[in-house]
Amino acid sequence: MADINPVPIWLTVKLSIWTTILLLIIGVPLSYYLAYTKSKLGLVIEALATLPLVLPPTVLGFYLLLLLSKNGIIGSVWYRLFDYQLVFHFEGIVIASVIYSLPMMVHPLTSGFRSVPRNIIEASWTLGKSKIETLFRVILPNMKASVLTGIVLSFAHTIGEFGVVLMVGGNIEGQTRVVSIAIYDAVEAIDYKTAHVYAGLLFVASFISLAMLYAINRRWSL
Amino acid sequence: MRTLLFLLLGLFSLAHAELIRVFAASDLQFALREIASLYMKKYPEDKVELVLGSSGKGYAQVRAGAPFHIYFSANMKYVEELYKEGHIITKPKPYAIGRIVVWTRKDSPLDPSKFPEVLLDPKVRRIAIANWEHAPYGQAAKEALEAYGVFDRVRNKFVLGENISQTASFVYSGAADIGIIALSLALAPELQAKGKYWLIPEDKHERLEQGYGITKEGGKVKNARRFYDFIGSPEARRIFVKYGFVLPGEER
Repeated sequence: MADINPVPIWLTVKLSIWTTILLLIIGVPLSYYLAYTKSKLGLVIEALATLPLVLPPTVLGFYLLLLLSKNGIIGSVWYRLFDYQLVFHFEGIVIASVIYSLPMMVHPLTSGFRSVPRNIIEASWTLGKSKIETLFRVILPNMKASVLTGIVLSFAHTIGEFGVVLMVGGNIEGQTRVVSIAIYDAVEAIDYKTAHVYAGLLFVASFISLAMLYAINRRWSL
Repeated sequence: MRTLLFLLLGLFSLAHAELIRVFAASDLQFALREIASLYMKKYPEDKVELVLGSSGKGYAQVRAGAPFHIYFSANMKYVEELYKEGHIITKPKPYAIGRIVVWTRKDSPLDPSKFPEVLLDPKVRRIAIANWEHAPYGQAAKEALEAYGVFDRVRNKFVLGENISQTASFVYSGAADIGIIALSLALAPELQAKGKYWLIPEDKHERLEQGYGITKEGGKVKNARRFYDFIGSPEARRIFVKYGFVLPGEER
């Protein structure tokens, strides 16, 4: 009998939703800056924002562990404010996931911003629309596919996250034991039935995400 | 965010008033799970949650302030260390003495009782043992291999498990040909059905005296003490014996 527990599934979905929302909030202004800036700093920031894509999760996990622990720069502030640690807690893995999935949001958004014709943006400005208004009413609607791609990729990438969560989260049920870690646990426990169910779930979720992605691209790419 | 989390998690926590979060060395995988479910049947108001891993990892996590209430190590030393540092508030107490076995699948042509020569068999490509840096069962396996004088000869065949349960999983899945694992895992139904083992004599490695204690975090949880005491009850002791553990004070 497979020992399926809904908590890791729920936790994974919650983690992915939070991560995606936060990434949208961070990703839009960041990508806007990266797409239009002419400064050299833009190159550095773009490289930094892509780094999580190529960095081994353990490297990321290690630095995040130092950063988020009680003695770390971010962790110590949090600990003083809320009286509990970021590591071993849900909030800690949300922060870790935001960094881990950052390229999944920033990349599509940046190329989306770059693909919007310059003349319609300038037309909007000359017609008296403010920069913010232009962003929300002209630019973003013109790059819907990129925004949706960013959302789907961030969500899907976070669903499968493992190494960073294990290092920062420490495998605590109800807080940090997401499905990928529950699979790891089940395999270790030689409980292959449970591992199969969880793994199958992630397989299907990843497949659906990608299928959605291609549907989005087909619909809006022309 | 915290409030939202509380509201959402509240749905789960309503069902169980008192949560006792236990970190346990992974050789306890099956024994402690059985003890915990027996305990929860007796005290349905409590929920015991197990997190398994290597003793060294648990030690590091308890030191880092992980929210575990009771820490079960496969090696007394880690508990004593935590006690000295004030992370554990009860005097380190032994609960069992572990043994190691050579384990392979039933369908393997290898014969574990031919230890240690069997490890030198050319059919053996991969030998699973736990990482001796932080897994006491890995340390014992290393000592036994050294005692038999084969450690350096088979070293390049090692595949290191992060803990003893992962090590067992390596051999069980066929990824490794043979391995040295805890007797308590070899006696679990799944492994017993699929494998054959040979008990490594006790005098070939340092005694695996396993200990446990309530953490500072656990001091805040009223019923942690009840589970802590339950470990010494006759019912719990019977389960330890069933999984091949020798009990402290009952050594032969």
